[in-house]
Amino acid sequence: MARVLLFGPLRDLAGWRERQIEADSLSALRIVLAAEDADLGEAIGGPGVQVAIDQAVVRGDAALTADSEVAFLPPMSGG
Amino acid sequence: MTISLTEAPFDPGALLTAFTRGRSETGAVATFTGIARAEQGATAVLELEAYPGFTEAAIGKIADEARGRWALHDVAILHRVGRIGPGEPIVFVATAAGHRRAAFEACDFLMDYLKSRAPFWKKEHGPDGERWIEPTAQDHADRERWG
Repeated sequence: MARVLLFGPLRDLAGWRERQIEADSLSALRIVLAAEDADLGEAIGGPGVQVAIDQAVVRGDAALTADSEVAFLPPMSGG
Repeated sequence: MTISLTEAPFDPGALLTAFTRGRSETGAVATFTGIARAEQGATAVLELEAYPGFTEAAIGKIADEARGRWALHDVAILHRVGRIGPGEPIVFVATAAGHRRAAFEACDFLMDYLKSRAPFWKKEHGPDGERWIEPTAQDHADRERWG
């Protein structure tokens, strides 16, 4: 069970900001999200969307544990 | 060094007074205050979202880079999040150094990085609806001045 966070336009697209989702890897999480919401599934794989696990940016796949926090970060606006 | 986010409005003058107090070796303090623009009525409210913890850490890395490039005595960065009305201060950056050049340049550098690289998501709410904003070409060009 990972805590999934969406920011910026991704949150508007999905209609939620935070959810608990069962997945043991980032790739499995992407599949679960895409199966529920195809638009979101496509958007989180889009260019410029970074993923942070426990506040550290990761590239490629990664394992998730019960208390992982997974954040999908669309292109940043700057301050 | 202090880096913080706040949902509450702030008074830049009070921040400057606090930042300047008690310094006997600092010869220069430079500050920048960014203010939310009304854009001739096109922006009623600016909504700024951060990722608490992650955003401060990313700003901290930018501040560390500034401290590596200039001999700074201190840095303070305060950024609003949440809903911000036109005319309200949105960001405050202060740098302290022995001499003015380092303080001016570091303050300028910090703002160019904050405007283009800091993890914020910004939405304009206006009479024609709402829209998410990304950095402008000018914001990127400003940052690239620093190499």
